[in-house]
Amino acid sequence: MPAVSKGDGMRGLAVFISDIRNCKSKEAEIKRINKELANIRSKFKGDKALDGYSKKKYVCKLLFIFLLGHDIDFGHMEAVNLLSSNKYTEKQIGYLFISVLVNSNSDLISLINNAIKNDLSSRNPTFMNLALHCIANVGSREMAEAFAAEVPRILVAGDTMDSVKQSAALCLLRLNRTSPDLVLMGEWTTRVVHLLNDQHLGVVTAATSLITTLAQKSPEDFKTSVSLAVARLSRIVSSASTDLQDYTYYFVAAPWLSVKLLRLLQCYPPPEDGAIRGRLTECLETILNKAQEPPKSKKVQHSNAKNAVLFEAISLIIHHDSEPTLLVRACNQLGQFLQHRETNLRYLALESMCTLASSEFSHEAVKTHIETVINALKSERDVSVRQRAVDLLYAMCDRSNAKQIVAEMLSYLETADYSIREEIVLKVAILAEKYAVDYTWYVDTILNLIRFAGDYVSDEVWYRVIQIVINRDEVQGYAAKTVFEALQAPACHENLVKVGGYILGEFGNLIAGDSRSSPLIQFDLLHSKFHLCSVPTRALLLSAYIKFINLFPEVKGTIQEVLRSDSQLRNADVELQQRAVEYLRLSCIASTDILATVLEEMPPFPERESSILAKLKRKKGPGNLHPDLDENRKERSVNGGTADHSSTTTNAKVATSPTPSTDLLGLGSTIATQNSAPPASKGASLLVDVFSENISAFPVETPVAVGPVADENFSSFLPNTPQVAYANATLPTAEEPEDKFVCKNNGVLYENQLLQIGLKSEFRQNLGRMYVFFGNKTSTQFMNFAASVVCQDTLQAQLNVHAKPADPTVDGGAQLQQILNIECVSDFVDAPVLNIQFRYGGTLQNIAVKLPITLNKFFQPTEMTSQDFFQRWKQLGAPQQEVQNIFKAKHSMDTEVTKAKIMGFGAALLDGVDPNPSNFVGAGVIHTKTTQVGCLLRLEPNIQAQMYRLTLRTSRDTVSQRLCDLLSEQF
Amino acid sequence: MIGGLFIYNHKGEVLISRVYRDDIGRNAVDAFRVNVIHARQQVRSPVTNIARTSFFHVKRSNIWLAAVTKQNVNAAMVFEFLYKMCDVMASYFGKISEENIKNNFVLIYELLDEILDFGYPQNSETGALKTFITQQGIKGQFQTKEEQSQITSQVTGQIGWRREGIKYRRNELFLDVLESVNLLMSPQGQVLSAHVSGRVVMKSYLSGMPECKFGMNDKIVIDKAGKGGVTNEAGKSTSGKQSIAIDDCTFNQCVRLSKFDSERSISFIPPDGDYELMRYRTTKDIILPFRVIPLVREVGRTKLEVKVVIKSNFKPSLLAQKIEVRIPTPLNTSGVQVICMKGKAKYKASENAIVWKIKRMAGMKESQISAEIELLPTNDKKKWARPPISMNFEVPFAPSGLKVRYLKVFESKLNYSDHDVVKWVRYIGRSGIYETRC
Repeated sequence: MPAVSKGDGMRGLAVFISDIRNCKSKEAEIKRINKELANIRSKFKGDKALDGYSKKKYVCKLLFIFLLGHDIDFGHMEAVNLLSSNKYTEKQIGYLFISVLVNSNSDLISLINNAIKNDLSSRNPTFMNLALHCIANVGSREMAEAFAAEVPRILVAGDTMDSVKQSAALCLLRLNRTSPDLVLMGEWTTRVVHLLNDQHLGVVTAATSLITTLAQKSPEDFKTSVSLAVARLSRIVSSASTDLQDYTYYFVAAPWLSVKLLRLLQCYPPPEDGAIRGRLTECLETILNKAQEPPKSKKVQHSNAKNAVLFEAISLIIHHDSEPTLLVRACNQLGQFLQHRETNLRYLALESMCTLASSEFSHEAVKTHIETVINALKSERDVSVRQRAVDLLYAMCDRSNAKQIVAEMLSYLETADYSIREEIVLKVAILAEKYAVDYTWYVDTILNLIRFAGDYVSDEVWYRVIQIVINRDEVQGYAAKTVFEALQAPACHENLVKVGGYILGEFGNLIAGDSRSSPLIQFDLLHSKFHLCSVPTRALLLSAYIKFINLFPEVKGTIQEVLRSDSQLRNADVELQQRAVEYLRLSCIASTDILATVLEEMPPFPERESSILAKLKRKKGPGNLHPDLDENRKERSVNGGTADHSSTTTNAKVATSPTPSTDLLGLGSTIATQNSAPPASKGASLLVDVFSENISAFPVETPVAVGPVADENFSSFLPNTPQVAYANATLPTAEEPEDKFVCKNNGVLYENQLLQIGLKSEFRQNLGRMYVFFGNKTSTQFMNFAASVVCQDTLQAQLNVHAKPADPTVDGGAQLQQILNIECVSDFVDAPVLNIQFRYGGTLQNIAVKLPITLNKFFQPTEMTSQDFFQRWKQLGAPQQEVQNIFKAKHSMDTEVTKAKIMGFGAALLDGVDPNPSNFVGAGVIHTKTTQVGCLLRLEPNIQAQMYRLTLRTSRDTVSQRLCDLLSEQF
Repeated sequence: MIGGLFIYNHKGEVLISRVYRDDIGRNAVDAFRVNVIHARQQVRSPVTNIARTSFFHVKRSNIWLAAVTKQNVNAAMVFEFLYKMCDVMASYFGKISEENIKNNFVLIYELLDEILDFGYPQNSETGALKTFITQQGIKGQFQTKEEQSQITSQVTGQIGWRREGIKYRRNELFLDVLESVNLLMSPQGQVLSAHVSGRVVMKSYLSGMPECKFGMNDKIVIDKAGKGGVTNEAGKSTSGKQSIAIDDCTFNQCVRLSKFDSERSISFIPPDGDYELMRYRTTKDIILPFRVIPLVREVGRTKLEVKVVIKSNFKPSLLAQKIEVRIPTPLNTSGVQVICMKGKAKYKASENAIVWKIKRMAGMKESQISAEIELLPTNDKKKWARPPISMNFEVPFAPSGLKVRYLKVFESKLNYSDHDVVKWVRYIGRSGIYETRC
């Protein structure tokens, strides 16, 4: 490239820049810039044409001013003019300005594109390079549209210079990244592959990058590149370090190219052709050998380059996973790095080992390094390396070393960094469960876990212990004993109290024989922790107490005394109070038979995927470089492992399905539970089998086993307890909140860390009343709390919503109720917005939530006979009165559920009206203040195609449309 | 209360750092530099809250003065203190510049120790301070025991601002009424907002402990007097000067507020030397010394014609000085031609404005400037916001209409009377923000 000669330097620019650097203050700088801008404006405005030099200088100044952070709104034209100059420096500045400052300015883009086209077709390689660089730097869609066809042509043309080919390859790579749809494969692709054979190594390097990206997009087109890449790689690897001259970097031959070729090979499975395969194996061996040679230089660059190639080679070996000898060798070489004094090397070695551990061939080899890894965990200074060590331990764990690894991780947990504690806890919990031969060991491990790092034990972990203990008879006694002993510690974590409460409540009888753990002692022990616990734990303990009454009739009096005390019966917390009252009544009234039935031992939980594993995956989430790594490992362990964890492994795959495991109580799923709690269908729901809040419809005689956790639902089937359901419900994440409320009137509308909003509403004719419950989830008071309802635009005339004023403060943990009176004036589409404002800890919080007031709320069902129905159906035959929608089912097509939804929607479900029994027919009247609109609807499911056809006929076209939209969303 | 006080140069280097309370850590100094001095945005709020710490700053030329506190203090008090601090420093070593601060840093620390105690502002009266914080060398520090005890008793006494036993051969009194008039006017000449903020600044060289009484044409006083039936004065007020309505005022600590509250008379024992007697603000019946009549015409996309007429609106016998009219130009101005009948006009590119300067102008006159502005067509369609035309001037009268009616001096112990005191009164009206939209 032509160097900038001294005479070509722009003095004016240098002076300007030094002026700016000498400015004492921001104001002075702005003054200087204003002055310069005015000068440039007058120059550009001037009638006499500027010469190339001054144009370049001023454009340069503008660029500098822009880079200082000021707006530049002129000079684009001059920059474009520079593009057509024949001087390199002028053209360069022009392109520089364009790449930095161009916006999709329509009138200039065509000029720029024209100039670029000219340069691309010129024979001058430097001009072509400048143009290609500009295309790549801008990389916009417009650029891609204009040049996506041109660039490949230059790339594969026979007479293109090497340097231009290099730029063209990289330019194409960039275009492919920004707008992959515009870079079309064509006949050039085969010729691009042949660039791997090019003499010029720079071209090969650039082409390899391009091919790697393209091969990921369409592997078939570039299959031929494998053999060429192997050939090229073997030539590089076998060459002496002096052969490649410019491309030898600190005695390593073309390290970048090698790495890129190895990356490219990772896009494909091991080559099938034996010869190529042999050659590749040879290459990899050579790379491994070379890594063992004594270093040719002491410089860090030498070892960096060498190791980069080595690590990439190892990744390839792991990717192919077919050569046991190579895998074992790789593992051994990595083992050497485990104690290297370079932190980065240790990190990389651990990371690669993690993947190696999942290979069946090298798993044993990895295991030999266990001592070193454990040592790294203890003595390593860098937290990220320690994290990798934990990962590796987790990966290399199997039945033979599980006890050792779990013990090490547990002991490390005491000193671990806070940031990784939760992950370690999850890993320990998973390993302990997976490799537990002896469940007493498992119980011990988890209890230790809670003891060491109680704060980091998430709910899933202790749910899981309880699931396992309940499902396995043989450990129940042991668990009860251990928990009892653990609880005797003067200070124990709340999670331990929860586990203790649950297990003693269920299986306390198993250890009651021992006089040291007699029922009364058990009870006293639990009750001694009671007052230190949070409300949910106390609620759980209360349930444990009622279970005690069933298990040990002799302590009934004591427990009743406790329940009767003012601190329970008159507790400020409504949940605790309610439990105390109900349990007390239950224990007084019910006969022992009933008590025994109601408070029966929890039935075994259905075997499901471990919720902890799901959580771990969620945690790793997108941040993980190898998201599929865990799964790979699992799949492989089927081969090596024993039969019984194959069940976990298959489940592990299920876990990736999007079922939100937060949906604990399943409020979101309206498929809820008409008859009984469906067990496995709920995917990830945990201990608690799902009862939705309409559980009050339950026949009370149904024997329901009440467990301390499940009884959140139990309490809600007693009459008059609407709030409880709100207090405990978790927000469903899967559904749009508005849609959720179309077919039902109660539920949780919104939830974040601070606030939960519950709704309960009732509608009659054109009037409605909505109770909004604002629950403060924090322990501090909300100040200046204000909630108002806003009806936008047209809605104002269609709907009257009157909010009664509420208290301006909400205490911590308390609930505030506000009543909204609603009147529907005429039919409407939009939903009113509830604006909430409050002050939490000094900061003002603003929340706006759409209220689920939809037109169908003002539906009154109408019963009619088949004859009436069809008569009216025909009357409403005008084309604008009918709206039809055909759509795919989003949920399972269960008849009962559909019926429930239509009824929830507000229409009367008419049986035996439609000749086809699988169709649903409904009728009703929408009441508004101004009019009443009769509505008829018909829903025809098609099970085979998983489709529905929904037809609505009403006397108003807008109503038809709105109802159809609303109802379609529900199936 | 103020937890600490820092002085920075324009680069954000700390020149002076004085911490009064433990709740202000070392990192507070850096926090202010990073978040305020080196902040990207152009407009900086005078009060900044960083990590529950409040920073109040004022800027004098290139110097930043920042007061820091963790408590909920009265912001007005803090700023008043900062301004006072500037005044004190200025009276000790002149202009507040990096150079001067570096040269006087011992003095500044001494001052800071004296005028702030545990973050509570103390006596900041320059005159009083100068009695015990001197700039003389070490030699001057050797004061006799009596002198020292005298200073202590005076500073802590009832009249802390004036020491006993001052003697002048000639008793003189200078009184300046300094006003700045602020205006925002619509292009049609409608007053959108206007107010005058004024100060009465005095310089007194009086012997002994004189009692002074200051009278002006305050509406309340004059109306009261009128009602009281003192025919002589009432007649004067109606015939001669108009009375003015003062919206609010503040006084120097020497003024007896109880007397002002009960009789609305301003009586005081003056400090020796320079001091500001009172500050006030009026919003009604303001005499606007100049009227600006703008005329802006856009000729196509590339040209703008501006014509501005200024009219002086006061007695022909008076002369206004230092008149400067600033006409903003669009951001894409590429050339300007100016023609003016009087004074000099120039396009200042660095400020994006045409600056028209006139040295002197008598009352009831009129002058005009016309300019042709060439514009460069630009890419964005942003319309020029047309900032207002602003004006600077100085006139020898008080635009609020304030008049000094009397200033009486009583000294009972020494034998000079009111007539023996030479009194000088001067009125200066300056422009504050004096803008007319165009």
